[in-house]
Amino acid sequence: MAEAHIKNYTINFGPQHPAAHGVLRMVMELDGEIVDRIDSHIGLLHRGTEKLIEYKTYLQAMPYFDRLDYVSPMSQEHAYCLAVEKLLGIAPPLRGQYVRVLFAEISRVLNHLLNITAFAMDVGAMTPMLWGFEQREKLMEFYEGVSGARLHAAYFRPGGVHQDLPDGMLDEISAWCDEFPRFVDDMRHLLDGNRIFKQRTVDVGVVSAKDAIDWGFTGPMLRGSGVAWDLRRSQPYDVYDQFDFDVPIGKNGDCYDRYVCRVEEMAQSLKIIRQCISDMPQGPVLAEDAKIAPPRRGDMKQSMEALIHHFKLYTEGFHVPAGETYTAVEAPKGEFGVYLVSDGTNKPYRCKIRAPGFAHLQAMEFCSKGHMLADSVAILGSMDIVFGEVDR
Amino acid sequence: MQNLSEHIAEHLGDILVSREVRLNELILTVRKDAIVRALTFLRDDSTVDCKMLVDVCGVDYPSREERFEVVYNLLSLRQNHRVRVKITTDEDTPVPSVAEVFSSANWFEREVWDLYGVFFADHPDLRRILTDYGFEGHPLRKDFPMTGHVEVRYDDEDKRVVYEPVRLPQEFRSFDFLSPWEGAERQLPGDEKVDETAAEKAD
Repeated sequence: MAEAHIKNYTINFGPQHPAAHGVLRMVMELDGEIVDRIDSHIGLLHRGTEKLIEYKTYLQAMPYFDRLDYVSPMSQEHAYCLAVEKLLGIAPPLRGQYVRVLFAEISRVLNHLLNITAFAMDVGAMTPMLWGFEQREKLMEFYEGVSGARLHAAYFRPGGVHQDLPDGMLDEISAWCDEFPRFVDDMRHLLDGNRIFKQRTVDVGVVSAKDAIDWGFTGPMLRGSGVAWDLRRSQPYDVYDQFDFDVPIGKNGDCYDRYVCRVEEMAQSLKIIRQCISDMPQGPVLAEDAKIAPPRRGDMKQSMEALIHHFKLYTEGFHVPAGETYTAVEAPKGEFGVYLVSDGTNKPYRCKIRAPGFAHLQAMEFCSKGHMLADSVAILGSMDIVFGEVDR
Repeated sequence: MQNLSEHIAEHLGDILVSREVRLNELILTVRKDAIVRALTFLRDDSTVDCKMLVDVCGVDYPSREERFEVVYNLLSLRQNHRVRVKITTDEDTPVPSVAEVFSSANWFEREVWDLYGVFFADHPDLRRILTDYGFEGHPLRKDFPMTGHVEVRYDDEDKRVVYEPVRLPQEFRSFDFLSPWEGAERQLPGDEKVDETAAEKAD
């Protein structure tokens, strides 16, 4: 029989595909079942956030950051608030910084819970997802407790956080800290040594440290490749330099290592949360500068000046001195940066959002080349892509 | 930071337009034709050692002669510092692509092209990235209206998505909060008398 000539096959992956984690469209060229070329089409969730921000005051621009990576909203508010604070030359009061760190770490657990469990589901494990969502729900209750919203919290403000923690919140978080490790143990029991899980992830999507840096990987994607780099440690912001925590790194840079890194990061976040609770100082949570931070409700009933400040801050907003800054935080997915240019008015002149997922997704072709079609799903899952932040 | 700035000036002096340290961030402006050389040096030099290109973005200043700024944010993991490199260009002049120097530049440059219309020469695959298929214009330019030009909807009769010019029931409202007190040039009625009496007294 004459040798059959097999033509390369092009498939359209997504945009409506459960494993595409949202609205990713990939045009894949397959040689049999081997991925030859991937052309990712993104932008299907593009909402023009950066353009909108240029037309809003600094405070009005802040809630847009919740809507970028909607799995870890507060981490992104954190980056924006730090950038504005840097231009203004102010720092939040100590308790405000502790509350921000506390909730940034809760966001990290929130994010990793979704990513790990969704990743497990991508490669065939259903149960972690069901269990994980119960835990996420508990964490989102803490979100709701402080801000009134489960997802789009708008809680961090330039100069601190909007409201102080409600009574008993720290005890509730503390109680959750005690029960959470049991969930992690259960989940690890299901996944860590699981034959199917390992077959799908070990040695899949290996990225060397050098390549990871060249492609601009950050967060667990970089640490999974064995680079000990964490902005919380190397360029600490707020009170991160006060805490004792480790930076877990992987060895092989494959999907499994990235999974293990994330699991360990949850344990480290828990450690930080516990330290936050025990060290939490008393005092104000929002800067006292009346020209930047709005007055407390109670003051407005008594003081004319407070009322005027409230009116001015919620209509005109505060003016930020001309200048520019690139400020980045270690968001759960990697380095989330805000490049903020101010021209001295009450609106940002330019606000570029540097999303970690954008750089990761860019390397999708590089990571998947030569792998099976099914492996590309595992690689995509391990990248922790959320389209809100990639498309902006 | 200052030492680093001196060190870079020593090696890239001939292509540096300006360098400054603001808010403890090092900002270099280089000639646009030399951007590849500048970034290659910053990557390979052991003192600067910026192995990661974290971000590329554009900024639009319509009043300037060369209206666009392209900003490259670099990060050194070993030295733990950041360097920002800027170039300026206008609508027509292409900028050399640095996709050969940093793999991550590929999509970042596509994004700048898409949103600002800055053309990158020798880019391996310069297509639009964030905007819709068949989109026209560059939305982050300051002269592009925030409401855009077209809107889409699903047409039930045609059984497809149709594009139509934007129709707003209410005009986009932009409030000018820039100093309502100091900024107003006009004289309030009655104010002219103040000047008159002041002048009379002086006489």
